[in-house]
Amino acid sequence: MILDFTPILARWQMLMDGAWLTIQLAVATTLTGFLLGTLCAVARRSQFRLAAAVAGTYVEAIRNTPFLVQIFLVYFGLSSLGLSLSAVTVAIIALTINVGAYTAEIMRAGFDSIHKGQWEAAETLGLSKVQQYWHVALRPAMERVYPSLSSQFILLMLASSVTSQISTEELTAAANFIQSATYRPFETYLVIALIYVALSLAMRVVFWAISMVIFPRRRRLGTNL
Amino acid sequence: MDTALNPNHIRFLLDGALWTLVLSLMAFVGGGLGGFAVAMGRIAPSRIIRIVVTGYVQLVQGTPLLVIMFVTYFGLPTLGFSISPMFAAGLSMTIYVSAYLGEIWRGAIESVPRAQWEAAECLAMSRAQRMFKVILPQAIRIATPPTVGFSVQIIKNTSLASVVGFVELTRAGQLVNNSIFEPFTIYLIVAGLYFCLCFPVSLLSRRLERTGSARARNLEALSA
Repeated sequence: MILDFTPILARWQMLMDGAWLTIQLAVATTLTGFLLGTLCAVARRSQFRLAAAVAGTYVEAIRNTPFLVQIFLVYFGLSSLGLSLSAVTVAIIALTINVGAYTAEIMRAGFDSIHKGQWEAAETLGLSKVQQYWHVALRPAMERVYPSLSSQFILLMLASSVTSQISTEELTAAANFIQSATYRPFETYLVIALIYVALSLAMRVVFWAISMVIFPRRRRLGTNL
Repeated sequence: MDTALNPNHIRFLLDGALWTLVLSLMAFVGGGLGGFAVAMGRIAPSRIIRIVVTGYVQLVQGTPLLVIMFVTYFGLPTLGFSISPMFAAGLSMTIYVSAYLGEIWRGAIESVPRAQWEAAECLAMSRAQRMFKVILPQAIRIATPPTVGFSVQIIKNTSLASVVGFVELTRAGQLVNNSIFEPFTIYLIVAGLYFCLCFPVSLLSRRLERTGSARARNLEALSA
């Protein structure tokens, strides 16, 4: 058996299209997931029992079930409600719901790590809860959990491969198609494995660059908090 | 033909859950052995071993488990190996888990204070003795909570073995769904079963983390 990569590389256009959709999914759900997760973290910490309980249940339910089952539930659940959405939309919704729960736990740890004096000082200045989170807590909390956050979003990009199971045409789906056309599964999946590795390295670099822009302290001192 | 959900379907799903557990156990044992090798390789004195093992970890951690499954299940047969879905799933999970557990354990080993190594060296212990008699017993305590936490990931990720046709819980759900087509109900039951498997492990890991950090605080207080 000789490895032959030419038929796969001949279909590079398809691989690029798939990789591009994977990137789009990753970027979109990183943003929506971060938003959802942060809101849930705030809800979990609030003194409203109901909000805290709802957010807590959501986080536990998602963190203790596999993503594959979640995406099936969203896919079939929405269609049984009569909503027929495209596979990409369903993928974005399911990925957001999934990563939101993990982000919520990470951001909660971040908010918990803010010194009590900071909250009290903010309250003394007459800031509302929203202002306390937005002006005082958010940035240092993010800075402290930034390594976990960025790893989580890289795992999210990798998890987007699972959306191929509901026929989203991202990188893994492209590979499935190519391997069935070329009968060269080993080479095909090896190539996309390398593309995924390249994407995750690229994400690492991007997250580092973002941290240099949004955390001035790290930029000035070259160190974390 | 009876097309409603009946007790036989539930029994079939429970069988699937059992196979999920079997696969998780295989992944944990195989991945644990591999992970130990990875952890040792990452801190090996030889530079070449370190570079090779680091490359392995980067490669596996940068690849989705789904793709690893496809490589082993569809790829290896074309290279002339014939493998069953169970073997493919077990092998993929082992590769995947070894990279992650290896990194967790390396972190635990490296967080044992440097002075412990030096003290052991002063007692004229060999490198193996230092590792097994001094460092590992302490590292295991540090490593236990994150390892248990990662076990939840293992159980959840076995669901991806369904794509290579291994009949575990998710695949069992798909099969039942093919015969009665009530996807929402069935996947809710499947999700509930996964929750029953994972949640106790999550609780255990959280409790271990709490007692672990309490112990770390005590140690700090003692040494201060």
